[in-house]
Amino acid sequence: MTRFEVNGQSVEVASEATAPLLDVLRNELDLKGSRYGCGLEQCGSCMVLVDGEPAYACSREVGSIAGRHITTIEGLAAHPLIAAFLDEQAGQCGYCLSGIVVSAKALLDRNPAPGREEIVVALDRHLCRCGAHTRILRAVERAAVALREGVSA
Amino acid sequence: MSETLPLSVVNNRRLDRWIRFDADRSVRLAVGKVELGQGIITALSQIAAEELDVALGRVRVLSGDTADAPDEGSTTSSQSIEVSGASVRLIAAEVRARVLDRLAQRLNCSPDELTVEDGAFMRGDAPTGHDYWSFVQEADLAREAEGTAPRKPYGSYRIVGTSAPRLDLPAKLTGAAFIHDMTRPDLLHARILRQPGRGARLTVLDEAAVRRAAGGAFRIVRVGDFCAFVGEDETAVQRAAASVPDHATWENARQFTPDQQEAASLVGQPAIERIVGEPPTPPDAPEVMRATYSRPFVAHAALAPSCALAEYRAGSLSVWSHTQGVYPLRQSLANVLGIERERITVRHVQGAGCYGHNGADDVALDAALIAMQVPDHCIRVQWRREEEFAFEPFSTAMSISLRAGLGEDGRPTDWMAEIWAGTHVSRPSSGGNMLAAEALPTPAREPKPQDPPEANGGGGTRNAMPLYDIPVKRVLHHLVTRMPVRTSAMRGLGALPNVFAMEGFIDELAERAGQDPVAYRLGMMSEPRARRVIETVARLANWSRGPAGTGRGLGMGFSRYKNRAAYAAVIVELDVGEEVRLRRVWCAADAGLVINPDGARNQLEGGIVHAASVTLKEQVTLGAAGVTSLDWDSYPILRFSEVPEITTELIAAPEHPSLGMGECTFGPTAAAIGNAVAHGLGTRIREMPLSRERITTALLRG
Repeated sequence: MTRFEVNGQSVEVASEATAPLLDVLRNELDLKGSRYGCGLEQCGSCMVLVDGEPAYACSREVGSIAGRHITTIEGLAAHPLIAAFLDEQAGQCGYCLSGIVVSAKALLDRNPAPGREEIVVALDRHLCRCGAHTRILRAVERAAVALREGVSA
Repeated sequence: MSETLPLSVVNNRRLDRWIRFDADRSVRLAVGKVELGQGIITALSQIAAEELDVALGRVRVLSGDTADAPDEGSTTSSQSIEVSGASVRLIAAEVRARVLDRLAQRLNCSPDELTVEDGAFMRGDAPTGHDYWSFVQEADLAREAEGTAPRKPYGSYRIVGTSAPRLDLPAKLTGAAFIHDMTRPDLLHARILRQPGRGARLTVLDEAAVRRAAGGAFRIVRVGDFCAFVGEDETAVQRAAASVPDHATWENARQFTPDQQEAASLVGQPAIERIVGEPPTPPDAPEVMRATYSRPFVAHAALAPSCALAEYRAGSLSVWSHTQGVYPLRQSLANVLGIERERITVRHVQGAGCYGHNGADDVALDAALIAMQVPDHCIRVQWRREEEFAFEPFSTAMSISLRAGLGEDGRPTDWMAEIWAGTHVSRPSSGGNMLAAEALPTPAREPKPQDPPEANGGGGTRNAMPLYDIPVKRVLHHLVTRMPVRTSAMRGLGALPNVFAMEGFIDELAERAGQDPVAYRLGMMSEPRARRVIETVARLANWSRGPAGTGRGLGMGFSRYKNRAAYAAVIVELDVGEEVRLRRVWCAADAGLVINPDGARNQLEGGIVHAASVTLKEQVTLGAAGVTSLDWDSYPILRFSEVPEITTELIAAPEHPSLGMGECTFGPTAAAIGNAVAHGLGTRIREMPLSRERITTALLRG
């Protein structure tokens, strides 16, 4: 049994402590927005926030997050990043997007006015195979503006 | 019957196969083309809404379903807008005309007096009290399309030609949206112990050791040398599969040599020969130039490893797949499993972008094979990352030797391309095998390689024939019959290597003639639409080249995809030192009538980034036991920090038929990068990828 918080709700899961957090989120908690891409910390499709910091859910053992606060894409449904990504039509197949939005959220939390270079650095561990990169960068810039202008999150 | 009916209508004549009006005042559009991230569902919805005169939001799409949607073959080769789009337009126009004809009879007026406003029928400015939903049964859609109803003139379009937002994107941004996320009752997870290659026999499996590694319960399903771990606990079956290399022994596995990963190894191999154009005789010209270009094997490298679900209940098999063609997959499954195709239903569920024939069909057979052994459960097979990288069919390596006889003006008078390549299409429907079929007790026969015919744009020969005004042109194609790895369709087939080679060689000829590359091209290009994209991109980029060898490179590339689809010209500006750093890319494209301009730009941009990645970084590598590029470190692709700024311009040409845009920038981008690197370095690299090692070698060579 491991207790932690997901998107503001307290949960207790039965999976063994060494199970990957990604499997627990997807199969035990039915939160499918965090995605399997490589299981190797190389693509970013599984990115979640652990106490506000981006973390690869594919390799993170669930036992290591006891008592922590996890944010998944499902917890960001009302975040201005989502509207910004839709405004920019930032994506093609969309498989990479949930992880990218999660990393972008962490960036905007610590830096409300990032420059293009800072966004690139924050997202560079994420892979997008469809080539939607420039749209994604514009979407993060757009979300930053929206947040600064006080659009409610 | 009209001579010009699109193929999809010829194969699916009934109107009600395509369009149905549902009680919630929605329109159900059923299509055979599937969403691969390219925005096709949105574009086809726009076309249907436009011709029917209903709001876009009323259209709901069912795509890729052998039970309930038309058979449109596979979603490939930039044909979805061209063929499916034309079909939906024709069907929707006929439905609208037919319903209005019946209503005019009822109202005793001319159909010309009737109009449609969001599905409601008006006579003059007054509502008739009828709409599609109340009146459609009078029109009897259970009949074959005639194809004669007038379609709207493009000047009156209100929905087509607008950048409607993608209908599928919101769900993908926020949660479950992919086949990987599907659940069903009685779900079991499965992972495959993959036969390393045709003929390999699994002689030892240390089951106890695998069970210890898994740490959870699962069963082993074995059919011949096909072996799977199946259980309720996904973590356990994943661990079982991951542990297997240490606990399984294969005999008769094929061995490889390192040179087999290079395109040069194909030259001189047994091959099926084919000549396109004039016979390959020596050129009658005072001066002859030659150069050999190549590209290695590359992977589709979808971001998500392939996934499928299958269940066998009461003698019927249901399969959910991100295949590009549900009907071809159904037929292939029936062939392998030995059951009638009528007992199989294949439904498309979206996966990650595939860019061609990847593991999607193979994993569907994996799931079906297990489901037949474990009935009354839903079997979900998820390939592992290393499994996708090792076993997806790759895009074949290609070696392209070019020869040009030159006239006194420095322009080619005689052109020949000699190509060595494996097949570009080995989908099961084109004679290829699904992977697991080779591991069964009676293995599938070794496939006989074939390549798409010229009428379909060719495979290895795709875009090998120059569009330029050259009096004598010829292509000699060697389709290599025994390949070290399985190869099949990837974005553009042979177009990327062929355009990289052709447009690189054109730059070499321009340099020899002492001419600017853009002016040189325009000097031998008489087709107006081709000239227009070249001139447009040159204007966009303020084309003006400084001296070569300064480290700053500018290059251009052009093609008309398949020599009969969309036109694209690309200019790249980059810095090249020890490695290449892309700065800016400009692109002009002419794809006729554009359904969704932002969607079209997204496709152009995606093709540019993908092509840049292939050109600069990608190569499948082989070791003695097989593929060694098994993860994103050993198969790197372009990252955020490496992607340039991209400017695109769509040429307005709504009077021309719509052409697909997903592949048209692929070749020109590779060529523009190759030419810009040559300009920046002052020396040319003709072998992709244009990696740090190749640049170092080129600089040492001078």
